[in-house]
Amino acid sequence: MSTPDQEAGRFGKYGGRYVPETLIPALDELARAWAEARVDPAYRAEVAADLRDWAGRPTPLTFAARLTDSFGGAEVWLKREDLLHTGAHKVNNTVGQVRLALRMGKRRVIAETGAGQHGVATAASCARLGIPCEVFMGAEDVRRQAPNVQRMQLFGATVRPVESGSRTLKDAMNEAIRDWVTHVETTFYVIGSVAGPHPYPSMVRDLQRVIGEEARAQWTERLGGLPDAVVACVGGGSNAMGAFSAFLGDPSVRLVAVEAGGEGLGTGKHGASLTAGRFGVLHGSASSVLQTDDGQVAEAHSVSAGLDYPGVGPELAYLRDSGRLDVRTATDDEALAGLIDCCRLEGILPALETAHALARARDVARELGTGKRLLVNLSGRGDKDLLHVLAELERRAPGTRT
Amino acid sequence: MNRLERHFQQARASNRKSLVVYLCAGDPDLAATERLVPALAEAGADVIELGVPFSDPLADGPTIQRAAERALRSGTTLSGILDLVARLRRQGCEVPLALMGYMNPIVRMGPEPFVARAAEVGVDGFIVPDLPLEEAGALGDAAAAKGLSLVLLAAPTTPPERLRAIGERTRGFLYFVSITGVTGARAALPADLPARLDAVRAASRAPVAVGFGISTPEQARALAEHADAVVVGSALVAEIARSGGRGEGPVELVRSLAEAVHSVRAS
Ligand SMILES: Cc1ncc(COP(=O)(O)O)c(C=O)c1O
Repeated sequence: MSTPDQEAGRFGKYGGRYVPETLIPALDELARAWAEARVDPAYRAEVAADLRDWAGRPTPLTFAARLTDSFGGAEVWLKREDLLHTGAHKVNNTVGQVRLALRMGKRRVIAETGAGQHGVATAASCARLGIPCEVFMGAEDVRRQAPNVQRMQLFGATVRPVESGSRTLKDAMNEAIRDWVTHVETTFYVIGSVAGPHPYPSMVRDLQRVIGEEARAQWTERLGGLPDAVVACVGGGSNAMGAFSAFLGDPSVRLVAVEAGGEGLGTGKHGASLTAGRFGVLHGSASSVLQTDDGQVAEAHSVSAGLDYPGVGPELAYLRDSGRLDVRTATDDEALAGLIDCCRLEGILPALETAHALARARDVARELGTGKRLLVNLSGRGDKDLLHVLAELERRAPGTRT
Repeated sequence: MNRLERHFQQARASNRKSLVVYLCAGDPDLAATERLVPALAEAGADVIELGVPFSDPLADGPTIQRAAERALRSGTTLSGILDLVARLRRQGCEVPLALMGYMNPIVRMGPEPFVARAAEVGVDGFIVPDLPLEEAGALGDAAAAKGLSLVLLAAPTTPPERLRAIGERTRGFLYFVSITGVTGARAALPADLPARLDAVRAASRAPVAVGFGISTPEQARALAEHADAVVVGSALVAEIARSGGRGEGPVELVRSLAEAVHSVRAS
């Protein structure tokens, strides 16, 4: 299925380029460079080699036998992006964008990060390809994701804590855009999700598409046919679009997007932009945005820094409207429970972001029933979350954590 | 013809240069803005940009970010600002007023209802820093239908052909961003700015206002030689912050800027 109006960067009424004029020529230049690179066999071979020899692709497709038993429904299969170098799917995108930066002759890379996974992946890609890197990160996230801050620094990146607004991902992205406006001629901005102005949403999707394509090929070879459902968590939407885009044209495959339900939708403290957002403009594109009646962007909330974002990629908003997506939420508590299940039953510590997908995979497995199979995109590993998760568990049930 | 367009037509006819000033509506509260607007007009501001505070002002530096935070804390909303404009007009304040703000609050109200209310209360134009040429169609058309001006921005990075297209499409004036960067006072402006401005004026039928980074009367005077108007924002916002919205500081600043700009005559 091709997406409408992709040339103009539009997904129906979503997408576009709502940025200061200063950036428009740079976005034009980027769109041209990307259009050339994506069909250039030399560029594609470089990116594929990086992903294979350095990042560890292909990632395995794992049958989760004990999760399947515990859920009591469809078979659960995991696409293991957690096993990628730097620990999450984010590196699929950063390798492609940093190679593009070099191709375009840029001398400096900047990025925003929430959980720190995109920052780490960008810093590592820049170290390998020899280009200076600065990462903007909300001060609150610097605190929550300390190990990732140290990793970025080890890779030679400069981490810039952002003290404005809610001091999380949204503010980090504001600050990265301000930096880009100021240094646009020399700097390449590596956006970490399928958000931002055109061409980022489609470029990042294309770079993440390897997840779904690889999973599809593995599935066909090992199991035959197609999964009955694909389940992914949604922050900005890059791991979800990466997994979903290979199955968009197969109506038999249910595409389940799981957002951060935070402390519950009723509390207003959540990150469920597809579920509870309204049409708006944030960070350069029109999409579904959590906001007040007066059009101020709301502060998102999630136990996981990577889902703590009041916007979402424009293509996901479009797919939601078209009815192609099954959009659900998982609360902080459900995600923590999902994380523990995956640890105890599969010997895999997933990222807190990913744990939202696992929490809802339980329902999807039961709805589908035995004899069906679902695929969960295990977007990242949870090492970065260890201290934070232990503290959250302790806060909920003091003294009982084991 | 709205006040903004009328002003620039008359200024051109009489070879006068104009001072445009920016302040953030509701900083520190709307009552302060209501006092300041007529006082700044009296002190010589030819056009006033009323900033609409937004939670995520990605084209603004720290000075205007902080102003927006103060304004939001005091409960300022887009519809409260429209009510303020209505009051100002009822009090006989006739200075040309442009609302300057980001797209999301406009989208939330709906571009058409927004423009309709703005026209009703006596707003003359809009400046939307995250609305480039390609996205400006709907709001520009809605504004034109009500006789209001959607002012477009051009930047040092804008290539010549695009500059001509922006010059065609803009209404009221063309806002030329002096620097590659966000708002905020700068000690020094780019050395090639006068030459750029001459090129921009050659490419645009609309009057050209230059803004971003300009803070002193000396800078304003020098740039007025090469533009139809000079915009001062962060320096005034900083002065309003210093004075807590009271006192003569902001008015004095605008008086000295206006003297500098008005001392220049078009040749
Ligand atoms: C492991 C992991 N999964 C998911 C996300 C959410 O991002 P996206 O929705 O773009 O995949 C993040 C973001 O930091 C992440 O680190």
